[in-house]
Amino acid sequence: MVLLQIAEPGQSDAPHERRLAVGIDLGTTNSLVAAVRSGLAVVLNDELGRPLLPSVVRYGADGECTVGYEALAQQASDPRNTVASAKRFMGRGLQDIAHRESLPYQFEDAPGMVRLRTVAGSKSPVEVSADVLRALRERAELALGGELVGAVITVPAYFDDAQRQATKDAARLAGLNVLRLLNEPTAAAIAYGLDNGAEGVFAVYDLGGGTFDISILRLSRGVFEVLSTGGDSALGGDDFDQRIYCWILEAARLKPLSPEDSRLLLNRAREAKEYLTFHGTAPITARLASGEVVDLTLTTETFTDITRTLITKTMQPVKKALRDAGLGIGDVKGVIMVGGATRMPQVQRAVGEYFKQEPLNNLDPDKVVAIGAAKQANLLAGNRTGDDWLLLDVIPLSLGLEMMGGLVEKIVPRNSTIPVARAQDFTTFRDGQTALAVHVVQGEREIVSDCRSLARFELRGIPPMVAGAARIRVTFQVDADGLLSVSAREQTSGVEASVVVKPSYGLSDDEIAGMLKDSLEHTRDDAFRRALKESQVEAQRLIEAVQSALKNDGELLDASERARVDAAIVALQTAALGENRRQITLAMDEVDAQTRDFAARRMDKGIRRALAGRSIDDFAELGEKEEFDELEQINETAKENQA
Amino acid sequence: MAVTLTEKAATHVLNYMSKRGRGIGLRLGVRTSGCSGMAYKLEFADELGSDDIQFESHGVRVLVDAKSLPYLDGTELDFAREGLNEGFKFNNPNVKDACGCGESFNV
Repeated sequence: MVLLQIAEPGQSDAPHERRLAVGIDLGTTNSLVAAVRSGLAVVLNDELGRPLLPSVVRYGADGECTVGYEALAQQASDPRNTVASAKRFMGRGLQDIAHRESLPYQFEDAPGMVRLRTVAGSKSPVEVSADVLRALRERAELALGGELVGAVITVPAYFDDAQRQATKDAARLAGLNVLRLLNEPTAAAIAYGLDNGAEGVFAVYDLGGGTFDISILRLSRGVFEVLSTGGDSALGGDDFDQRIYCWILEAARLKPLSPEDSRLLLNRAREAKEYLTFHGTAPITARLASGEVVDLTLTTETFTDITRTLITKTMQPVKKALRDAGLGIGDVKGVIMVGGATRMPQVQRAVGEYFKQEPLNNLDPDKVVAIGAAKQANLLAGNRTGDDWLLLDVIPLSLGLEMMGGLVEKIVPRNSTIPVARAQDFTTFRDGQTALAVHVVQGEREIVSDCRSLARFELRGIPPMVAGAARIRVTFQVDADGLLSVSAREQTSGVEASVVVKPSYGLSDDEIAGMLKDSLEHTRDDAFRRALKESQVEAQRLIEAVQSALKNDGELLDASERARVDAAIVALQTAALGENRRQITLAMDEVDAQTRDFAARRMDKGIRRALAGRSIDDFAELGEKEEFDELEQINETAKENQA
Repeated sequence: MAVTLTEKAATHVLNYMSKRGRGIGLRLGVRTSGCSGMAYKLEFADELGSDDIQFESHGVRVLVDAKSLPYLDGTELDFAREGLNEGFKFNNPNVKDACGCGESFNV
């Protein structure tokens, strides 16, 4: 018997045609799945009514795997085969993983992404995440009574291409159709309904079990722009438990404990922390293996005191994120609290005091990301709600191409809304050029070597033509998940080449932050270097054009004229090797002056030839060639079109 | 002629309606489709139709259009939980046979 949900007016589904979609918060510590039911986004609980699924997978020797609380319970006894926090390893190489010596896993270096050796064989973080996602999919299909058409999965805003691709791969492996990857802070904003009409800057303060993230979002006309992100990947609610644990050891004057006793007291510490959210004091009692009894009372004041430094630690990234976004506290219109640890009153108070406003906290901070994702999934699956809204995300770093002279031509600027497709026309640099190397880079700097290389490919088989005659259209396409594909096509011959960008190693959030900071600091420096490079390329082009003309029509000059032209070229060649842009410009002016008569004579010759009964085609070709000399060698007759 | 809600169903409907923030009641109906001839309609109602018949049950305003009513007369809408799944269930005395899943039926 199917159980029905209430639909919007006129939107009842035909039987057997309901489009079930879920939102998944794939977290470092815990994961959740949510769906819209009878117009309301709710988190789907497990059989025991628990909303969270610990993101822990244990692999057994028989090939069996257990996920969630069951796996978590075995973590202490079988640490090597019980994988927690796989999210930290997604899309990461061995050298990217911090503190790997303190982790109980046996890492294997593998091309593209690290792997973990378990008793059930070598597992990639993608497979581990897939096992977590599969458990959530099964839960959702039981709860919703049917197969899912798809899921929206959330990822941290700072996740790069490799990490996003790894997340998508994990979903596919779990049998989930990914409707879209959504940034976690954006999902939180959606859960609070900020997508409906709200405009302005919002801060998302996300203190989870083991990680802290701050994101500054700007919302305008339905577009979410991530202005900046920051955080601490080793700071979370667990650290607060640890502080209480240390306080217990000190207050009860305990000697070093056995692992079992430590675990027991850590659990008591966590319970006390949760109890203090609603009470002024928390009793802590435990009987240790030695028979010793711990009986203490922790007050809110003491708890606040012993955790003050932890809260202060979260405020540093907050300040930095605001500074990176170029904003002050007064610009922030609302603060959203995400993550179970934000329930602690002292965290609420500290955030409220810093931003000088009450944070938004009326939704369950553990569920807010999953709920936002569910709302988005419901919409993408084609289930319309009363008030339609369109959500647009943006790309975090600009995407571009390497040009002559190592310059970057940005094709898709940072903060462009996705999905997006942009095309730009390029041409060949030399006569008879038959191949073009396309080098795709990501970053804000003007010089290729300062940006991150994403991919290289070659377009071959361009028919030989004079420089500048080929029309090569390069198209950048970024899909709704932020993944890039690039194609190049020569328009007259139709030859084409393309690449889907799957960088083997991604950028860490620190790298992204670092690259953004660099670009801000080096803006003036870059502008200077860019101008210099441009002059150098321009000089090279002029030299080649004049030399080509001399080869064809050298007889139009007498010996002294020719000597002056040659001298001017040599002077320009020398200047172009230096870094003095003014000198290059002067030398180019000199070449220009020395060849002015020459150019006029060539023009006369061309006209005479045409008037002497040469075909009009020859004339046109000659004219075009002359004209081309006036053009920039890299032609940017950009045709932009937004998909 | 009447259509009613169980108290449990009414509680859930009122909760959904207050979260939705608008609407005048709950619309029940049937339409021809599905593998066994007819299918239920269960929707929020934002306005009253000209041929709507209204009922009141445990504080919920229930609207049924005149054409649907003969097929729904005597129906009690219940809210049920089956394992992890939960939702509304039509207990309809008019149904002769339903398809395996109960999503469509015959009278």
